[in-house]
Amino acid sequence: MNLINILIQTIFSQNFIFMRFLGLCPFFGLTNDMESSIGMGGAVTFVTVMASVVSYLVYYLILIPLGVEYLQTISFIVTIAVFVQLVEIYLKKMIPNLYKVMGIYLPLITTNCMIMGVTLLNIQNGYTLLETVFFAFGSSIGFTLAMILMTSIRIRLRDSKLPEFFKGAPIVFIAASFIAIAFMGLQGLGG
Amino acid sequence: MKNNLLKIFTKGLFIENPVFILMLGLCSVLAVSVSVINALGMTLAFTFVIVLSELTISLIRNWIPKTLRIPIFIVIIASFVTILQFLLQAYLPALNKSLGIFIPLIVVNCIIIGRIESFASKRPVVESILDGLGISLGYGIAIVLIAVVREILGSGSILGIQLFGSSFQPALMFILPPGAFLVIGIEIGALNAFMKKYNKKVCSR
Repeated sequence: MNLINILIQTIFSQNFIFMRFLGLCPFFGLTNDMESSIGMGGAVTFVTVMASVVSYLVYYLILIPLGVEYLQTISFIVTIAVFVQLVEIYLKKMIPNLYKVMGIYLPLITTNCMIMGVTLLNIQNGYTLLETVFFAFGSSIGFTLAMILMTSIRIRLRDSKLPEFFKGAPIVFIAASFIAIAFMGLQGLGG
Repeated sequence: MKNNLLKIFTKGLFIENPVFILMLGLCSVLAVSVSVINALGMTLAFTFVIVLSELTISLIRNWIPKTLRIPIFIVIIASFVTILQFLLQAYLPALNKSLGIFIPLIVVNCIIIGRIESFASKRPVVESILDGLGISLGYGIAIVLIAVVREILGSGSILGIQLFGSSFQPALMFILPPGAFLVIGIEIGALNAFMKKYNKKVCSR
């Protein structure tokens, strides 16, 4: 039950983009067309889940026994960077088609604050390994959902008549604000 | 020479403002602009990390191998963030608590890695320090401008001092997430409108 609650919370009521402000760079930078936002969502899902598991193991199997918890920040970012690099090498060799689709987003993922945020929150909330996987998976699905929502709005915004100075970024922020209001209505869902 | 240094310092304030113009590092800006105190604290933390990282990388820029540069940058930034975490825990525990997860997340702030990659890894030390200071001031201006509006409208106070009588009902939405998006959207729109008018004036002269 608790696991389902985590999923619902991270996708809807505690959505990382609209409620926690994490992962905003790709959210505003890459939501111009559907293909790239879905590609980014897929890449982020994969890296978040894997990086969460690895950083969980690093924290509890290496940092705690050695008594160096304060190295959390450094070791997590290095874990994520190494992991992104590994994924890139693997995809390039084994699944070149997928690499072509995801390739350009992979280096950008290292500085996606959502992934770092998820790994830190896993530890802060004291999750078990299974809860960590669900938390990471749910938050990436929430991220992908937000990307798709924003892309479909932006495609429509392109043809609408706007005041000149609201074109581009400002109207995107205001649209995000309205989606966030809608997401606030889901507050309390999932306990 | 002096003019050049001044230019490096001032370009971060307006022409290349990291938040309003380049739209980088938005996560921390939107999340901590709930109150002006938080905004100032975040600016301080940000300044500490960006200036020291730019300084260090500018010092060792000739010894960094090209292929390994990004991991080296990240480790240097992360080290300064860890030092910052220790300092805040020791001297400003209240601020550390209210900024929470956004302190370790300075590591993945795109502004810092962007400035290091495009500026500090190529330029001498003094210029890099000035660049860091200018960028942080621009960041600070943006985050405080957003925080002022959100705090006045959302909790009816500024720097924690109540502005209106007790009968005042604050618009709670502005300290909640939707308010952050709305305020930054309207502020960038206003800035665009202002820039357009200003440019026209300059051109017609």
